[in-house]
Amino acid sequence: MTAIIDAESILVIDVGSVTTRAILFEVADDRYRFIAMGTANTTAIAPFKNIGEGVRLALDDLQRVTGRVLIDSRQQLIIPAASDGTGVDRFAATISAGAPLKVAVVGLLEDVSGESARRLVQTTYSDLIYTFSLTDHRKADARLNMLVRSRPDLIVVAGGTDGGASKSLMALLESVGLACYLIPELERPDVFFVGNSELADQVSASLEGIAAVHVAANIRPTLDLERLEGAQAALAKIMGQLRVEKMSGVDDLKIWAGDEGFLPTAAAFGRVVRFLSSFLRDKKGVLGVDVGASATAIAAAIDGELALGVYPQYGLGSPLRKWADGWLFDEISNWLTVEITEDQLREYLFIKSKHPATIPVTPEEFAIEMAVVRTALQEALKKARPGFPAQLLSLSASGLLPFEPILATGSVFSRSPGPAHTALTLLDGLQPAGITTLVLDQNHIAPSIGAAAVFNPLLAVQVMDSSSFLNLGTVIAPVVNARPGQPVLKLNLVNDNGQETQAIVKQGSLEMLSLPYGQKARLSIQPFHRADIGMGAPGRGGSVTVKGGVLGVIIDARGRPLRLPKEIHKRQEAYKKWIWSLGGH
Amino acid sequence: MLAPVTHFSPITLVRRARVLPHPGKVLARTGQQVSALDVLAETNVNPEYQWLDIAHLLGISPEKTERYLQCQAGDQLARGDVIAGPYGISNRVVRAPKECRVILAGDGQVLLEGTAKPFQLKAGIPGDVVELIPDFGAVVETSGALIQGVWGNGLVDYGLMAVLAKRPDHPLVASDLDVSMRGSVILSGSCQDAEALQMADELPLRGMILSSLSMDLVPLALKVRYPLILIEGFGVKPYNSVAYKLLVTNNRREVTLNAEDWDPYTGARPEIVIPLPAPGRTTVPVEIDTFGIDKVVRVLRVPHSGQTGTIISMKGKTMFPSGLRANAAEIRLDDGNTVDLPLANLELIH
Repeated sequence: MTAIIDAESILVIDVGSVTTRAILFEVADDRYRFIAMGTANTTAIAPFKNIGEGVRLALDDLQRVTGRVLIDSRQQLIIPAASDGTGVDRFAATISAGAPLKVAVVGLLEDVSGESARRLVQTTYSDLIYTFSLTDHRKADARLNMLVRSRPDLIVVAGGTDGGASKSLMALLESVGLACYLIPELERPDVFFVGNSELADQVSASLEGIAAVHVAANIRPTLDLERLEGAQAALAKIMGQLRVEKMSGVDDLKIWAGDEGFLPTAAAFGRVVRFLSSFLRDKKGVLGVDVGASATAIAAAIDGELALGVYPQYGLGSPLRKWADGWLFDEISNWLTVEITEDQLREYLFIKSKHPATIPVTPEEFAIEMAVVRTALQEALKKARPGFPAQLLSLSASGLLPFEPILATGSVFSRSPGPAHTALTLLDGLQPAGITTLVLDQNHIAPSIGAAAVFNPLLAVQVMDSSSFLNLGTVIAPVVNARPGQPVLKLNLVNDNGQETQAIVKQGSLEMLSLPYGQKARLSIQPFHRADIGMGAPGRGGSVTVKGGVLGVIIDARGRPLRLPKEIHKRQEAYKKWIWSLGGH
Repeated sequence: MLAPVTHFSPITLVRRARVLPHPGKVLARTGQQVSALDVLAETNVNPEYQWLDIAHLLGISPEKTERYLQCQAGDQLARGDVIAGPYGISNRVVRAPKECRVILAGDGQVLLEGTAKPFQLKAGIPGDVVELIPDFGAVVETSGALIQGVWGNGLVDYGLMAVLAKRPDHPLVASDLDVSMRGSVILSGSCQDAEALQMADELPLRGMILSSLSMDLVPLALKVRYPLILIEGFGVKPYNSVAYKLLVTNNRREVTLNAEDWDPYTGARPEIVIPLPAPGRTTVPVEIDTFGIDKVVRVLRVPHSGQTGTIISMKGKTMFPSGLRANAAEIRLDDGNTVDLPLANLELIH
């Protein structure tokens, strides 16, 4: 074993709101490999109201699958691994189960520190229930009433550049302190101060005995600089701690995992995307999407700089209860390929919200589910995009965001009937432009890799390179102003054997060029009508090396933004054709 | 695989922990017999605070107000009680605008907490208080039939049940209702008729049990003054045979409706309890179970949504018409058909 790998086996428990997974990684041939996974229903909900049983059952399942003993007779995890092969060397855990944190944001200036604080709050499973700032014109008692009545779990206080304003910030803090004092002790929120660093001690002292105070680096050290990383990591820890306090059984996980090895699932997923962006150094960003029952998370990173957005409102479990009231019906309807009444859609959403583990049995229900997933992806991406790293946004002069690869995780993708459906859902929901690669996390282990990577970042890169991650295909998606049917790209694909495939791609089409899985080939692209494929300018072509995915090379010339036929029958026909083009049915 | 469980039980021991959303005052005592409407605990969920700028109101400097204050933190004041003053030749005073408690007094200002109508936690079921939960509520226990629903409008009441549903799919229309039903709880099938819900409110009824409801009627269902519970869900769905039989056999019995919303984390569910004497030792129903042969299940979503049946064999991974593969069971539905369905789409009926 090489010196750089200092643990032979790592176990990660991921507690989702529907499923608890126990995932085992091990070193083989000097590389970390994903070995196996055990699953069980999450038991955070009644009648258990304690995640412990789900964790135990997932571990039992993992022991059954691997034949390896992980738990001793006292029901304790065997750590480190014993010489007889029982136990594991390291342990980490992630959690997304539980209601989102109720968070209030208090900032000096609504559109400066307030805005940054809101972005910070969006990096974890949270529900922003209340904001106020100096520019808020509500009366002091009205603000106090709202803050006390909203019973937040956490109050984030931001404002003041480093060395800047202090008096007005301390005045705001007085209101926060008073609200905390008025909230019964059993429900008193924690306070997270991310403002003027010079006031940190003063803030802690002023709230001493009233509320638990956490402090992180100023998220707005100067007016035009936003720096979320430090506060984001601290918020992930606070979130973990609040889960320990409010959810039975989480304390055991945290004891096993230690402070560093215990993370909210989305934070762990963000970490994977960040590591990949550091490692790949492709002059492009890495985009990660995690669609789960608790939330949809979007992570975009470039050169190690991460922007993470966690959107519980777009989760495919209990959040759908709000959708059932009519929220986003138009957006879902745009993606539907089956004729259903509004009542049928509501019924689907209601049942899914109450029973998120249920799955579509009929093709019609599957079509509804995929329409909902496309809507969740699109809405989450819309929210996340303005917060993407500046370096990434600066690369999108022509509006194309350059990503390589796009990593998708979530059981909605991993249990899909085939790669064609998964790829089409991602192409529709994310509408990537230019050249990219779609990668599917087949076992839904990316967040666990992020958690385990705390012990060794190599694990992230080595496991990502394994068969657990399925390359769906390189995608070429031109942005062009052309009429449907007009040729927009001429392609010439030359594989390692010198075999050539040529194609003329017409606007409105979705095509697949055959290239065996893992095989590299040289693809020459000649755009027409000033089509932009992300090679520096509209109309500029060139050659790129592409790697075959399960769907070879995908050419998505359906247009950006994608405009689907308004009539449902035409839409049905279009989807039938597109799925067929990608080799599905 | 752990299975979700729903109860349609003819006789069982119902034990419910009833807790406030926020800490408050527990009013019940152990051993107390309660009706569904009795208050177990209460809390102030919407406190109303008001700052009074005493210095400004008296027209003096903040430093001087101290000597004119007539109250201190913790004082309970009635409307009109003097807070500060008299001051000046006109004997100016500041009075309490309403019944309130003084929270803070100093620096020229007073913070008052208005005495708002507290949130009262009702017992939800009739029975005995068997345990107190400090600051939050109590555990109430009774024996009887238990029927769990999937949606409720948040209210609690009880009354004699009148069965209008001659069949599981009987649609409720306004003309089904008349003045003879005043004060009773009615059992009908699916309701797509807004007028029926309104008329029930005007009579008034003490409760309504439906198999299903049009989603369009949810806003109205949330406004009516009687508890409304759905056994199957939204849209047009008949009762499953198990629940229907159980409900109609209890016609003219007193039933309690606790129509609280379903919260998977707390386990709260809309429930109908029909108090009945326990024959011998009755036990608390099984809440944790796994799927297995001969167990009775209800289908959670289409196809066969809402139908009940019995597991006749357990299958491994099975491919469904959607193209998805999942662990499945072979079910003999109560209508005689046999179908394969994913375990994830089933719940056990106890």
